[in-house]
Amino acid sequence: MDTESTYSGYSYYSGRSRGSHKPGERSRHKSRSKDGSRSEKSVTINAPPAEPLLGDSSVRGEEVQDDNWGETTTAVTGTSEHSLSQDDIVRITKDMEDSVGLDCRRYAALTVSAVLGLLVLLTPIAFLVLPHVLWRPQDCDTACQGLLISLAFKLLILLLAVWALFLRPQRARLPRVFVFRALLMLLMLLVVVSYWLFYAVRIIQSQDKNYHGIVQYAVSLVDALLFIQYLAIVLLELRHLQATFSVRVTRSTDGETRHYSLGQLSIQRAALAVLENYYRDFAVHNPALLMAAKSRAAKHLAGLKVYNVDGPANNTTPSQSRAMIAAAARRRDTSHNELYYEEMDQERRVRKRKARLVVAVEEAFTHIKRMQEEEQKKTPGEVMDPREAAQAIFPSMARALQKYLRTTRQQHCHTMESIQQHLAFCITNNMTPKAFLESYLSPGPTLQYAREHWLARHWTLVSEDSVTSGLKDGSVFLLKCIDFSLVVTTRRIPFIKLSEEFIDPKSHKFVLRLQSETSV
Amino acid sequence: MSFIPGQPVTAVVQRIEICKLRQCDNLILGFSIGGGIDQDPGQNPFSEDKTDKGIYVTRVSKGGPAEAAGLMIGDKIMQVNGWDMTMVTHDQARKRLTKKNEDVVRLLVTRKSLEDAVRNAMV
Repeated sequence: MDTESTYSGYSYYSGRSRGSHKPGERSRHKSRSKDGSRSEKSVTINAPPAEPLLGDSSVRGEEVQDDNWGETTTAVTGTSEHSLSQDDIVRITKDMEDSVGLDCRRYAALTVSAVLGLLVLLTPIAFLVLPHVLWRPQDCDTACQGLLISLAFKLLILLLAVWALFLRPQRARLPRVFVFRALLMLLMLLVVVSYWLFYAVRIIQSQDKNYHGIVQYAVSLVDALLFIQYLAIVLLELRHLQATFSVRVTRSTDGETRHYSLGQLSIQRAALAVLENYYRDFAVHNPALLMAAKSRAAKHLAGLKVYNVDGPANNTTPSQSRAMIAAAARRRDTSHNELYYEEMDQERRVRKRKARLVVAVEEAFTHIKRMQEEEQKKTPGEVMDPREAAQAIFPSMARALQKYLRTTRQQHCHTMESIQQHLAFCITNNMTPKAFLESYLSPGPTLQYAREHWLARHWTLVSEDSVTSGLKDGSVFLLKCIDFSLVVTTRRIPFIKLSEEFIDPKSHKFVLRLQSETSV
Repeated sequence: MSFIPGQPVTAVVQRIEICKLRQCDNLILGFSIGGGIDQDPGQNPFSEDKTDKGIYVTRVSKGGPAEAAGLMIGDKIMQVNGWDMTMVTHDQARKRLTKKNEDVVRLLVTRKSLEDAVRNAMV
């Protein structure tokens, strides 16, 4: 589908803030990187992600530095502010499609598990009840009754085990079927079917009168199923707990790298584990921080142009491009100088703003005091709940905070509403100003931010090996989302040879080594 | 100036005669020694071979009798008044040098420049 890639958290914006379409937004830059070759045809007018902190001036200011500003098309194809834009339509259809597909697969797996569970539960009971219905076997003596009691308890345990292992709500959708679980369910089905066959042939046809034997048969079935459950626990749960591989996860845009330990998993399950850790550990992806590098790259390319004077056009021989690279290397490039001073200035600016911010916040917090119970009865006038208290002290720190966020290019991550909420939360829980500022001074993990920033709930797993094959030493796969991709490489944890050495405690002896000087 | 066990030690030595100076009830020579078989040879800054446990001159006080007699810092003392100094403890060396009934000590000292001078002269 042409506009498939626009399905993401981004598309929520245009639905929400329909009344504030403004041309020339920073998000055009994002849509251009998404669509690539489709940029001429498809038009996505995305409104700004959320209400920025104080007006749009911050957003516009950054636009000027964007080198690709003049190259995006802004033709409006007959959508007014009050009609559904094309993006909305896409989103709705994608939602429907996705929800149907998602539910289908999820419910299919669930129904299969439920059916198997019912079968497993009812089979032993059927084995016991059918003789009484079809013919009258002997009565149950003491040993037989003991077996019936044990059967009941084992059945209960089996039911709980099936529910715990197979009937769990799915927390992610994986591209392929989970092989081990499917195999185990198949095995259970096989066991049950073979027991039924045997029962039908030997017991029903021959109308065996020995009820004790029938009860033993049912108990043996339940035992076999319990052992399969044990196998399931080992294969599904325990095998991937022991760390066998160390994976290195790198984000492609800014190079942030982490290392994790994983057990023996298939590639798709390893990808799932990596993503769960990604949301918890990696700092939130901030595209605003990458614009400096892009503008530098553009300047490098813009410096040198090669013209083909004679010969046919578009004939870039390898020697020509090599000559271009050599010429670029020899050219006296002073961009490293600019980078150095720019970074120094930026650091100084950030530190200055941070100092002002810290002072402003500390001062603001001194205006608020938690009121005790006795005082509450005395002065009922000025009492405020946390939200009002936050709104009261917010203006005194708002300016410093906005300036700081703008300097560190985080202003699109925090809205005024979220800041006030956070402030009310900190006041309620008796946090110090430093605790309040912690979430703004350093970029936190993605889960900390508002829902719009959980941008990539839809990830694509790119792998050369099949995704159900296990991890191997040196396997590489990619987890792509719209803005960036995570490159994952695995390394096997080496075989460790540990040997022991015994040290006799009496062997700790020391000598004094002097060099004295005597004057004579 | 390392030694091979069992072989005699050969070195080019200089004879130095120091007259002790009487200074308020003490007889002083005007230099300091370091080293000895009970000391750590690795910390000796003057020895060429860091396993040499001989007695070395570590300081020569200005204007003292040792300086006047020509003793130089970094010299290794081989004999004092005929007594061997290459295999003694630090305290034994101190005692040999500070005998109260002797006014004059005759030292045999060696240093690297002596060896070089002899070798250059022979060429």
